[in-house]
Amino acid sequence: MFKVTIDGKTIEVQEGTTVLDAAKMLDIPIPTLCHHPKLTPFGGCRLCIVEIKGIPRPVTSCTTPVSDGMEVTTSNPYIEDLRKTVLELILSDHPNDCMVCEKAGDCTLQELAYFYGIRENRFEGERRIYTKRDGNPFIERDLEKCIMCGRCVKVCDEVEGVGAIDFGYRGFSSKICTPFGKDLNCEFCGQCVAVCPTGALTGKMWKQKGRQKDIKEIETTCPYCGCGCSLTLHVRRNEVIKITSREDTLNEGWLCVKGRFSYSFINSPDRLTKPLIRIAPKDQSNPPLPPFVKGGRGGINNSLLVTRYSSLFREASWDEAVDYIAKRLKTLKDKYGPDAIAGLSSARCTNEENYLFQKFMRAGIGTNNIDHCARY
Amino acid sequence: MAGLATVFGSGAMTNSITEIEDNDVLFVIGSNTTETHPIIGLKMKKAVRKGARLIVADPRRIDLVRFAHLWLRQRPGTDIALLNAMMHVILAEGLEDKRFIEEWTEGYDEFRKTLNEYTPEFAEKLSGVPKDDIVRAARLYASAEKAGIYYTMGITQHSMGTNNVFAIANLALLTGNLGKENSGVNPLRGQNNVQGATDMGCIPDVYPGYQKVHIPAIKDKFERAWERKLSDRPGLTATEMTEAAIEGRIKAMYIMGENPVMSDPYMNHTIKALKGLDFLVVQDIFMTETAELADVVLPAASFAEKDGTFTNTERKVQRVGKAVNPPGEARDDLRIITELSNRMGYLMHYNTPEDVLHEIGSLWPAMAGMDYRRLEKTGLQWPCPTKDHPGTPYLFKGGFPRGKGAFTPVTAIPSKELPDREYPYVLSTGRVLFHYHTGTMTRRSEALNKVIPEAYVEINPEDAMAIGIKDSERIRVSSRRGSIEIKAMLTDRAGRGMVFIPFHFREAAANVLTNDALDPYCKIPELKVCAVRIERI
Repeated sequence: MFKVTIDGKTIEVQEGTTVLDAAKMLDIPIPTLCHHPKLTPFGGCRLCIVEIKGIPRPVTSCTTPVSDGMEVTTSNPYIEDLRKTVLELILSDHPNDCMVCEKAGDCTLQELAYFYGIRENRFEGERRIYTKRDGNPFIERDLEKCIMCGRCVKVCDEVEGVGAIDFGYRGFSSKICTPFGKDLNCEFCGQCVAVCPTGALTGKMWKQKGRQKDIKEIETTCPYCGCGCSLTLHVRRNEVIKITSREDTLNEGWLCVKGRFSYSFINSPDRLTKPLIRIAPKDQSNPPLPPFVKGGRGGINNSLLVTRYSSLFREASWDEAVDYIAKRLKTLKDKYGPDAIAGLSSARCTNEENYLFQKFMRAGIGTNNIDHCARY
Repeated sequence: MAGLATVFGSGAMTNSITEIEDNDVLFVIGSNTTETHPIIGLKMKKAVRKGARLIVADPRRIDLVRFAHLWLRQRPGTDIALLNAMMHVILAEGLEDKRFIEEWTEGYDEFRKTLNEYTPEFAEKLSGVPKDDIVRAARLYASAEKAGIYYTMGITQHSMGTNNVFAIANLALLTGNLGKENSGVNPLRGQNNVQGATDMGCIPDVYPGYQKVHIPAIKDKFERAWERKLSDRPGLTATEMTEAAIEGRIKAMYIMGENPVMSDPYMNHTIKALKGLDFLVVQDIFMTETAELADVVLPAASFAEKDGTFTNTERKVQRVGKAVNPPGEARDDLRIITELSNRMGYLMHYNTPEDVLHEIGSLWPAMAGMDYRRLEKTGLQWPCPTKDHPGTPYLFKGGFPRGKGAFTPVTAIPSKELPDREYPYVLSTGRVLFHYHTGTMTRRSEALNKVIPEAYVEINPEDAMAIGIKDSERIRVSSRRGSIEIKAMLTDRAGRGMVFIPFHFREAAANVLTNDALDPYCKIPELKVCAVRIERI
């Protein structure tokens, strides 16, 4: 254990702890941009610089491990001036478009500019202009807003193990590149979007759906595979507009392409909205299946649904539909006995619904003919 | 699940997801984890970065192979030969955990003898895995302090699926890799709430909490609680229901949130069965292939439109929160079931979904300690019998529910339908990362469809060359049960002699081809192996 004093407060920490983490334990704030607690330290943005007694120059706290008896100063006019200069340099070629940026209000860079009161910029000059847009369907890559913190590169390599992107080119032309500069073609987990501290990486489907105002956040559990990742649904005007995940969960904030981006089915125009009762005879062959549209225009047109099924079903009220089901099930049960009726429950429904369904089959109908398809 | 329940007395993942990253050795067999359980896949990659050794056994060169120290490419359906040979090596080299076997298992002596014939040479002949690799895998797994086995449908969806599970359980028992942190047998459940649906008694022979319907004392307890006479006759499994419907023994079905037309094998058979019913009710969020055959279709609420709980693959009960209102007149399933039950004269009344959870807890002690307030933050893993119980991250600490773990001798038997002259290729089915199950949800996502817009069949390039098939060419794949047209994808992900088709796509549905042969114990269909023919069109 090492004893370290930060801004006059002393703490004992494990060998190998960085100055930044030790400061965090003491609840002393140090600004960062490239640092992410779940990724290896980089020391790229230079915002986390601190002064250490005995070392002539300021050092980056995220890459400096503590030593015994270390004395650290995290803030003084000199350090703050350096930090402000670093920020001004980063902002010198940053698009000044917070008012239309998806990230505004949730942007680390914007927040730091606010704290350091940067409005005018001493270093205004050449800007990086990237007009080419990445054509992938999920992730908007606005390289003009990229500050080269490298979090996306690290998360793709260190967490996802994919390595779809990396630094390319030199100096002012440096940028985050895909192989051969083609459209991003990866697992689209969106981990890079989750860790991006600016508006450089955002979800394409979030665009102009809403930022902070009138947004409710609801905690829930992912409806896809059995991992059980925690989701935060961002809801505006009865519509899920974005999904994120907290870092203090079993999935550590990481999600996959389905959990993070595949929620449009909730508001799909194809959703069933009324009980339907069959009018066409059973043996009549169904109208041909409408093909799922190929080449990226997924989904069935809503108008198709109406014409297509109106020949098979008619809409009914709940009252009528439930009455009809109850009557038919009773008739069949009286005629053939309860074991002529069977129920399939669902691995997609909640525990409460599954419990009630089997209770209904067992106690209400009187049969143990109850199963679900994925139980093995 | 039936397999694990027989061996240990309880069928579920024995460890937690967070324990994965501290494994010394991970043995992943029959699980394409990074695509089907992406976040568990991340934990496995993390474990490898932290120094764990990863053994992957899979007929396909799945993505996880990139991270593996040892990849065993067994032929589809030959897992028992492979596993038995690993155990043969473990015994021959004295790597078994004698103390664990003595203390915690039964049936060892008899079991031991059955392994004699499974030499690595013999297994190489059956499975195609080089014998040296089998020896290396055995040594790696047996010498690890904290070894976890992970498997999914690649193990279970076989006509000998239960036996495959027995073989895996035997391996864990033999090496004592059970009942402690980071060590165990972990079936990864494929859907958000399979664990929960099973826990809740949506299986034909048990009430909630795996309490057998035919045991009089248990039936009495549920009869008192539900105030009705109950049947002690175990019901039919899903696959048996299809058969019974065809034979006319089942007249009516009520299907809540499932799409058996797409998910069950031998699609034409399933459609015939459902069409022949006198009455079919389907309750779902979309007009599925199954709903099209219904007499009444009821519009239900999606996960974002209701309150409740899901139980994930590690037995963790977690909250589902209502975020938006259901569209139109769609209703949540609880309300639909309650109303229908009331009209049929069996009265149900619950003010909130939480009332239902409390009733579950009163009938199954493992969930008695749960309420929504406790579940709010991170969820709880059952067993959680009391309000102050913290939940159970890993099972079988200090013993199995059935007393001792039972060794179950299994022999390698071939799959029901093997390739022959007429149908020379083995077809395996499964999922891809970008779609989910029968595709009702994911195929409605424009973005996902852009990445994988249509069905394809993975063929080994050498096989393709032999038939004269080019990449992206449309070809015909046929089995004894049906035929589909589909795009060819030439890739060495598929081994020679096998092809793979994801089953998400209705226009080229893999389950038109698959075999409905069943495992005799738990009636799981053999979706991972059937014989097919491939032709140019």
